[in-house]
Amino acid sequence: MNKKPVLQIEKLCVDFSTRKGSVRVLNHIDMSVNQDESLGVVGESGCGKSMTALAVMRLIPTPPGRISQGAVLLKGKNLLEFSETRMRDVRGNRISMIFQEPMTSLNPVFKIGMQISENIVRHQGKTKKEALEISVDMLRAVKIPGAARIIKRYPHELSGGMRQRVMIAMALSCRPDVLIADEPTTALDVTVQAQIFDLLREVQKETGTAIILITHDMGVIAENTQRVVVMYAGHKFEEGPVEEIIHNPRHPYTRGLIRCTPHLKKRPQAERRMLSEIPGIVPDLSRLDGLCPFRPRCPERQRVCDERMPLEILCGEDHLVTCWAAGEG
Amino acid sequence: MSVDMLLEVKNLCTYFRLSTTNPFGPSRTVYAVDDVSFEVRKGTTFGIVGESGCGKSTTAMSILRLIEPTAGSVNFDGQDVLGLGSAPLRKLRRRMQLIFQDPYSSLNPRATAGRIVGAPLRTHRMGTAQQQEARIAELFAKVGLRPEQQAAFPHQFSGGQRQRISIARALATDPDLIVCDEPVSALDVAIQAQILNLLMRLQRELGLTYLFISHDMGVVQHMCDEVVVLYLGKIVEQADRQSLFSHPLHPYTWSLLSAVPSIYSDEQGRNQRVKLLGDPPSPIDPPPGCRFAQRCPFASATSRCFTEMPPLRNIENHHRVACHRVSDDGVAPQDNVSN
Repeated sequence: MNKKPVLQIEKLCVDFSTRKGSVRVLNHIDMSVNQDESLGVVGESGCGKSMTALAVMRLIPTPPGRISQGAVLLKGKNLLEFSETRMRDVRGNRISMIFQEPMTSLNPVFKIGMQISENIVRHQGKTKKEALEISVDMLRAVKIPGAARIIKRYPHELSGGMRQRVMIAMALSCRPDVLIADEPTTALDVTVQAQIFDLLREVQKETGTAIILITHDMGVIAENTQRVVVMYAGHKFEEGPVEEIIHNPRHPYTRGLIRCTPHLKKRPQAERRMLSEIPGIVPDLSRLDGLCPFRPRCPERQRVCDERMPLEILCGEDHLVTCWAAGEG
Repeated sequence: MSVDMLLEVKNLCTYFRLSTTNPFGPSRTVYAVDDVSFEVRKGTTFGIVGESGCGKSTTAMSILRLIEPTAGSVNFDGQDVLGLGSAPLRKLRRRMQLIFQDPYSSLNPRATAGRIVGAPLRTHRMGTAQQQEARIAELFAKVGLRPEQQAAFPHQFSGGQRQRISIARALATDPDLIVCDEPVSALDVAIQAQILNLLMRLQRELGLTYLFISHDMGVVQHMCDEVVVLYLGKIVEQADRQSLFSHPLHPYTWSLLSAVPSIYSDEQGRNQRVKLLGDPPSPIDPPPGCRFAQRCPFASATSRCFTEMPPLRNIENHHRVACHRVSDDGVAPQDNVSN
C-alpha cells in the first residue's frame, strides 16, 4: 500500500467524565484509510466504533466528553486544531456520515429535495435552484426511480431502503474525501441491504471516496471492505487485510467473534450443534485497570496478561495485533 | 393429526380491514396472513422466515390468538384453539408461551426480576406461595441467573440477562410450545451465541417445541429443523433445514439466501448474487398471480406468474413450493444460473 492515506487517526484518546470519575472510552486508537479503500470497523456495542466516528467529526458532546490526546489528519491537516467554523466546512463536505436509522437522521418536516440541497447551498455556494437540480442528479445517481418527483416528498412517504438512499445521496452531494457509514443497513432487510452495498461500491468506483464502514456483522465486513479493525472496550485489538482477519485471526477475541456467529452455509450439517461461546459480558469501562480488557473472558489468558498491557505487534504483512498470546505462533 | 405433531395450522388467514377516509370508496384489506398451513412436530424447532412485513409475527400471534385470525383452524395437541372459549383458552395458554425480540420493553420496569418470572404462576394460580418461590429459584438456576438477582430490577441487567429473564418467565408454567419472536435480534453476537445455546440446551432438557421467528438466515439455519419462508403473507416454500439451504426451490428463497453476506462467500459467490430490485410490495390488496412476480427474475409476461396464484405443491420429501416455474421433479428456474 503505497497510497497516501486520506484520513489518519493517531493515538486518539477520548475521555468522558462521569459520576464514577473519568472514563476512557477510546484508548490510543490508530487507524487510517486510503483513497478507493473501504476500512471495516467491527466490534460489539460499546466497543468505541461509533465513538471513533464521532471523534473524527468532532461531534462528541463536550462536556462530558473530551478528546484528550491524539490527532485526526485529513489529507495531512489535523482536524483537532480546526476552529468550529472551519470544522463546519469539513462536516458534510469533506467528511460525510450516514447512520443506522435513516428516519431519525432525516428531518420529518422538510421535503427531501430541500434537505439534500441545503448541504449543497452551504458548501458549494450554489443558488437554491441550482442545488435542487444537483439534488435530482444525486438521487438519480443512487438509483431512485422518479427522482424529480421524490424531491417533493417527505421522509415518511419513503421506504427504509429509499430513505437510506436519500441519506447516501445527501452524504455524497459534495463529493467527500471520506464517507463514514455507521451500521448503514442494520435496520434494513437483507435484499435491500445488498442493494445498498452494491450502490456504495459503485459510487466508490466512480468517485474514489474512502469509506469507513462500522458494523457488527462479519459477513458484511468480509464482502465489503479491504481492511478491518477489530475493537473492544475502547481498544484496538487487531488490524489487517480482510482475508487475513477472517481466515487467520490472531487475537482470541477476533477468533471468538467469528466462531460464535452462526454463519450461513451452503451445505448445513445434518446435526444441530451448539455454537462456541465467548463467556461473560463486555466490561464496565469505568472499571478497567490498564491491562488487557479482554483478560477476564479470554480462553488464552497467561500470567503476563495480569502484569502488563501487551503492545501492538506486526504478525504478518499489514497484520497488527495487540495480544500476548499472538506473539508466539 | 398424527401423534407426534404438537401443532397443526390449516388454512390460517388473518386479514385487517383498513379504515378508509372516503366512506364511498372501496374498502382496502391487508392480507397479513393468507392461507397458511403447516404442522410442527413435538420437540423440534420450526422456523418462520421472511422480510419485514411478510407476516411472520402475525402468524404466530394468530396461532396464540393474541390476534384473532379471520379464518382457518389451529389444532394444538388435539384441541381446536380457535373454537375455545375464554376460560379453556386461558388454561391452554399455560402450555404455549412467548419470548419477544426486545428484552428492554417486554419486562415491567417496576417489578423485580423474581416478580416478573413468577407472574405467570400467579396469573394461572399455580401452587402455593412457597411452591411458587421454589419454582422461581429453580427457573433462575435453569437460565443461568444467580439467585440474589431475583431482587434486582430490569434496568440493572444487561440485554442478554434480560433475555434470560424473559426465557425464565416463558418457562414458568412448564409449557410445551414456546414462540420465539426474533429472540436474539437485539443482542450482540457474543451474547446471541449464549442465548441460542441456552435455548438449545433447554429444548434438549425439557423436550420443548419452538416456533422460531427470525429474519436472520444464519440463525435460522443454525436453530431450526424445518423452515417455512413467507412472502407477503403466503408460504412460498417449506422444507427441512438441509434441503432448504442446500437446494432452495423458490426464486425468492434463492435470492434471499444469496443476499446474505457471509464470510464463506468468495469472489465467485459475489458475482453469482442475484439482485432483487425494489422493496417488497405492500400487502394491501395484492395483485392477482404470484405475489413475488413483480420482483422475480424468472417471471415472464407470457407465463401464468402474473395471472394465477401458484398453489403450494409437494415436490419431494415434504419439500413444498409455490411457484409455477419449478418443475414437478424439483428443477428450479435458478438451477441453470447457479451451476
